[in-house]
Amino acid sequence: MPLDLTSYVGASAGPPFPAPVAVNEAMIRHWCEAMGDGNLRYAGGTEAPPTMLLAWTMPGFGKTPAPRLGTQGELMAKLDAAGFTSVVATDTEEEYVRYLRPGDHVTATTIIENVSDEKKTGLGVGHFVTTATTFTAAEGEVVGRATFRILKFEPPPKTDPAPPRPRPPVNRDNQFFWDGTLENELRIQRCTSCQALRHPPGPMCPRCRSLSWDYIVASGRGTVYSHVRHHYPPMPQFGSPHNVVLVDLEEGVRFVSNLLDESAEIVIGMPVQLVFTKVADDYVLPQFQARRPGEAERQFGVAE
Amino acid sequence: MTARVGDKLPPVEVPLTRTLIVATALASRDYQDVHHDPDAARERGGKDVFMNIMTTNGLVGRFVTDWAGPEATLKRVKIRLGVPNYPGDTMTLTGTVSAIEGGVATVDVRGANSMGDHVTGTVEVEVVPAREAEAETEPTRKC
Repeated sequence: MPLDLTSYVGASAGPPFPAPVAVNEAMIRHWCEAMGDGNLRYAGGTEAPPTMLLAWTMPGFGKTPAPRLGTQGELMAKLDAAGFTSVVATDTEEEYVRYLRPGDHVTATTIIENVSDEKKTGLGVGHFVTTATTFTAAEGEVVGRATFRILKFEPPPKTDPAPPRPRPPVNRDNQFFWDGTLENELRIQRCTSCQALRHPPGPMCPRCRSLSWDYIVASGRGTVYSHVRHHYPPMPQFGSPHNVVLVDLEEGVRFVSNLLDESAEIVIGMPVQLVFTKVADDYVLPQFQARRPGEAERQFGVAE
Repeated sequence: MTARVGDKLPPVEVPLTRTLIVATALASRDYQDVHHDPDAARERGGKDVFMNIMTTNGLVGRFVTDWAGPEATLKRVKIRLGVPNYPGDTMTLTGTVSAIEGGVATVDVRGANSMGDHVTGTVEVEVVPAREAEAETEPTRKC
């Protein structure tokens, strides 16, 4: 439902805001140095650059900015709560009645001049808020005026690069397996006592309890035994959503992996072919792709 | 100083260093994180820290008074922001006198970086004292 913000139009933004310090030579000098402004009118700090007008009534580090106080603060809180959490200044119009001089105590009095309807912008959806500020010196002398327009908008969703794929824990039991992937070999552990194949790797044969083993190298051919598409919780390190396939290798063990083509329809029983994906120089993943008749038996992929 | 409609101001190139963006934000007492903290700026959808509007305003003012001289008085600066000024880029300020009335010149200003117009606006600057401005309206005056 669109926000009704019409009651804020014309309202006082908050109590008059006096500058924390009088116009002074130090701040003038700091400004001119940073801006690269060598105008002789400001040299020696006798007059302040007129474009400094807003700087005098900035609250300072760690202080609540004026827009966060009073009625304007209430409006901003309402926009924040509706999701328009980001702010960007879009345009200003400043009128300089006279140049300020050191010793001038400036007070800013602001009204909320306009609040736009919800607008679509290049930055996102939001509301424009226009404030009109009158700057006065001693005895209410008007020294300048400023119209300041900001866009309070909802930032578009972030498009951070995906975090890196997590690395497997490598230990003495599975070192041979991961070493094999670096050689583009899918190694299947074999019991040297009873010749049974097993995966995932482990120290003892589950069939005959022998601790002696070696390995064979898989052909790379298999069929999909089962599969699932993981949506939630999102795991951007794997690509989200991503598929998980359980592959029956033709040697007779099952292997958990991914099918590389995310757009392919995965069907139980479909023939698949091993592909090695290089994640990093020392990290290669055995993955699968659909196997088509006549295709080369083993392919080596490289992840971008 | 004499100004005529159609006069072009000497262009000024402003190298947009990270130091300039941070130093000018602080000189204008603007402590919003997007003007000095790259992580915070990215969090809020920016590419990097970016110049605050008061600095753009100050640079536009300086651009015009550098041309008009120290006797000139800024009366009004009206600007609209386009693409942000990010570090590593250069903003080129250009301007043309579009009107002169009562000794006040209106200068159309544009500040462009590699992505397009960062700022467009108009500056009204009193280029000659009011007394001379009256004389300027007499047809006998030589420019």
